[in-house]
Formats: sequence, C-alpha cells, structure tokens
Amino acid sequence: MTLSTPLSSKFSYSFSWVGMIGLAIIVFWAVIALAAPHIIPYPIGEIVDEDYFGPMSSKLLFGSDYLGRDMLSRLMMGARYTVGISLAAVCIACFSGTALGMAAAVIGGWFDTVLSRFLDALNSIPSKLSGLVVAAAIGSSINVLIVMLAVIYTPGAYRFARALAVNVNTMDYITVARTRGESILYIIFSEILPNIMGPLLADFGIRFVFITLLLSGLSFLGLGVQPPYADWGALVHENISGLPFGAPAVIVPSLAIASLTISVNLLIDNLPKKIRDRSA
Amino acid sequence: MRTYVLNLIVHRLLIAGLTLLIVSFAVFFATAMLPGDTATILLGQAATPDAVAGLRAAMHLDEPAVFRFFRWLTGLIQGDLGTSYVNNVAVADLIGGRFVNTMRLAGITTLVSVPIALTLGITAAMFRGSLYDRIVTVLTIGVISVPEFMIATSAVLIFSVYLKWLPALSFANEVTSFWQVLKIYAMPVITLAFVVSAQMIRMTRAAVIDTINTPYVEAALLKGASRPRAVLYHALPNAVGPIANAIALSLSYLVGGVIIVETIFNYPGVAKLMVDGVSTRDLPLIQSCAIIFCIGYLALITLADIVAILANPRLR
Repeated sequence: MTLSTPLSSKFSYSFSWVGMIGLAIIVFWAVIALAAPHIIPYPIGEIVDEDYFGPMSSKLLFGSDYLGRDMLSRLMMGARYTVGISLAAVCIACFSGTALGMAAAVIGGWFDTVLSRFLDALNSIPSKLSGLVVAAAIGSSINVLIVMLAVIYTPGAYRFARALAVNVNTMDYITVARTRGESILYIIFSEILPNIMGPLLADFGIRFVFITLLLSGLSFLGLGVQPPYADWGALVHENISGLPFGAPAVIVPSLAIASLTISVNLLIDNLPKKIRDRSA
Repeated sequence: MRTYVLNLIVHRLLIAGLTLLIVSFAVFFATAMLPGDTATILLGQAATPDAVAGLRAAMHLDEPAVFRFFRWLTGLIQGDLGTSYVNNVAVADLIGGRFVNTMRLAGITTLVSVPIALTLGITAAMFRGSLYDRIVTVLTIGVISVPEFMIATSAVLIFSVYLKWLPALSFANEVTSFWQVLKIYAMPVITLAFVVSAQMIRMTRAAVIDTINTPYVEAALLKGASRPRAVLYHALPNAVGPIANAIALSLSYLVGGVIIVETIFNYPGVAKLMVDGVSTRDLPLIQSCAIIFCIGYLALITLADIVAILANPRLR
C-alpha cells in the first residue's frame, strides 16, 4: 500500500465528465473500427434493400444507400478507413515534425533557419489545395493519401515542437548535458523530449482532427479514398444525390465524422492541466 | 521609429515574396513529377513515336525540369498561364470570368460575416462566463470541428428540404430578378459565412479578453464603469489591431471553404474549375488555379501580420 500511494497520485488524473464523454466516443469508434468485419450485419457490397435511399427501419438501422446497400455496415467499415488513415498520417506527421523540430532547436544556426523558412513556406499552401494538387498529379491510393496527409501536417507539428524545444533548450540541465559531451541525439531524446511530451500529445490530438477533416473533405470531393473502399467522407460523396430527400445515407456519415472530431476536441480541451501544460 | 516600422513591413513583404517562390516551386514539382509521360498520355496509346517526340519538343518536355520551371514562372509573371491540356484553350481565358465569380462570392461572404462575427465575438467577451458566452463558444467549436461540407449539407437540409425556401444543390444560370440572385447566393454564402465567422468569433473573443485582462481595464472597472462601458470605451480601442488581425486570418479560411462550397453548390468559380481539372488531370489549369489560391491565402496572412505590426503602439 505504501508503494502504491505515490504511484496512484501520479497516474490518477481528474478528468471532467465532458472529457470522459469525449474519450468514451473515441474508444467506441476505435472498437468499431477494429471489430467491423466481424460485427457488420450485412456484407458491405450486398444489395439488401430493393429501394434505394431507404429510411431507417428495424431491419436496416440507418437505411440503405444509393444502390440499396446497408448503411450501418458501410458506416462501420468506413470507420476503419477514416480512423486508420488519419491515425497513420498523424503518427508520421507528428513523429517527423517533432524530430525535425527538436533537432532544429538543438542544432540551431543555418540548419534551423533554412528548415524553418522552407517548412513555413510549405505551411502557407492551404491544406486542401495541396490535397487537390497531389490527387491530380499522383492519384489517391490509400498509401499516397497517408503520405500526403502526413507531409501536409508535418510543418505544423514541426513549428509547435520547435517552439517548445527552444524553450527547454535554454535550461541549465541542457547546458550541463552539452558540457558533459553528450551527443545531439541524447540531448534530443533524453533531455528535451520527456519535458515536452504533454503538450505534444495535445497537439497530436488537434492534428488528428485536422487530418480527419481534410481526409473527409477530399473524399467528399471524390478525390480521397476511392471505390470499392469508402471512408465516411466518401460515403457522403456517393450518397449526395439523396440529400434532397433528406436520406439517412447522407446524414449519418456526416454525423459520424462530427462525433469523432468533436469528441477529440472535447477530450483535449478537458485534459488535466497536468498533462497539457506540463512544460508550459 | 517610422523607418523601423517601414523596415519591418518591407521585411514581411520580402518573406511573402520568397514564400511565394518556394510555393510555386513546390506546386510545379508536385505536378511535374507525375509518373508517366505527359505527351504519351495526351496522344493516347496509338500515337506514333514521331508524334510523341514532336509533341514533347513542342511542349519543351525534353528539357530538364528546372528549365521548365523557370519557363513556366516567367510565363506566369507575364500573365501567360499556359494552355489547357484538355480543350486547348488558354488557361487565362478559362479562369477570367470565373475569377470574378469567386471574388464576388468571397466578397459577399466577407460583408455578411464580419459584422456578425465581430458583434458575437465582442459581446461574448463582454459577458465572459455567462450562459450566452458559453453557447457562443460551444457553437463555434462545433462549427470548427466539423467538415465544411457538413455545414453545406445541413444548410440544404434545413432551408430546402424541411423549410423549402431555397432550391437544393442547383445553380440556375438564368438570373432575371434580384430575388433570384438572392436565392442563388443565399446557400453558398450562408455556408461560407458559418465557416469563416466561427474562426473570427473565436479569435475576436480571445483578442478582446486579452485586453480586458490588462490592469488599466481593471482600473476602469474598479472606478465603477459598467462592464459594457469598460469593454467598449476602454478595452476596444486597444483591441482594434488584434481584431483586424483576426479578421484577415479568418478570411484565409475562405480558401479552403470555397473549394467545398463551389463544388457542392455547382458554383461557376475558380475552385470548381480546379476540382474539375483534377478529375481530368489538366495540369496547367491546376497549377494556375493553385497559384491563384496560394497568392490569395498568402496575401491575407501577410496582411494580418502587417496589421499586427501597424497596430502595435510600442512600434509607432
């Protein structure tokens, strides 16, 4: 018991209930995304309704799409693409952005100036525009999408990490480590990274929202995930002709995107100060 | 001091110019590096090798990419945007009228959203912590967290499916009365105004609250000024700079919004042209449209920075 007391005070954060709701919805979508192939009521390609844009019913919970396929099954499978692609992209973006940002802060000089100028310039291309240009030039397979989304959001992650790392870099213990003759890699990963981890995690969440929104937007334009696969944005795109009838096939995927992005925002806004502002 | 401010502004403009150069470089190479030979794609599989070689020479495709970049850049500066691959029309002619349309859409949206956003942002800051403030904050976070197309589809659902006030997803070309103009612009403008205002409200509120937190406003409150008076007469004059900065910054969200809105409402603007160009892989068209949007975006961001410099009393 004596041992567990300091541990529990270190790891038990007081979450507000709004943050808990956000977390619950995120976990819900993560579980759906993982379990989708085993729990979908109908195969996603099968036409189960003789009518298209069918209404919600006990047989088809979210109605049917423009071909009469089950919307609930398609939505569950769509979660895999929306969550999976966004998560992969945000991991790459935050990893490369943070690594470059910390390196720029520690190395400084020309390396820092040139890299900052270049990435700032990339940052001043509107994200949707880069998406359009890349989709036109290379096409949009899932791998291309992941890399593209990662590249678009790396400059932002870089800027954020660099600003944090520059602050830490002026601390005495960094000077001590330098004097001790530690390598740049050691300073970056053992001295700086642990001290900026909390804000970086919050930034990770915000960037995940940005990436999900951009991916959905591109898919909505028909330039993101291509058939036969469909993420939530693509589901809205293929069912958009049901909009004048107010078909659930258009509304439900939009609500799914909104529920995910708003939940992540809520969770981050309500993160315990301990995590969010640890080095601030 | 005046020359110092001037220097700062000139420096900012130079950075914008350099950024534009890097951006055009990035746009060109993203589109020029595409796998496959453009001449072969244009002429099709059945083309003779002679014809392909001839077209390559005519399009300067046999030159190194760096040469082509500078050729393209000098053309761009002289106003020659190249020729569309798809229908062999000068890109400048394709864009011309549509550019006016897009600017009109952006202009109307600005006129609608700035007054609304400023009113909401300033009043929310004035009554910080009240129920009204919390509702405004939650709504703006909601609008920011959902994709633009969802706002557009919601507007269609509300105004044309349930209320039946406006036509759904159709852009009539025959405009005869003022009433029709209003109907046509209503939905795109509502959608864009939502996207832009949400950002503007957040930033305005933050800017005003920053000023309210200063000691001199506290002094005004302590001497007995009412909260509205302290905000409107004491805080607001000093928050003009940050607010102008917020306006310019949030207007840069127009660039992303307009791409979705023009597509969903079939609005004949530059963004729709570009999205159509992407599906036909019409690279000169895409490059030109991308550069136009980048210039607009960069201009707004630079404007925001310059306003911030000018508004900083410490630099005057």
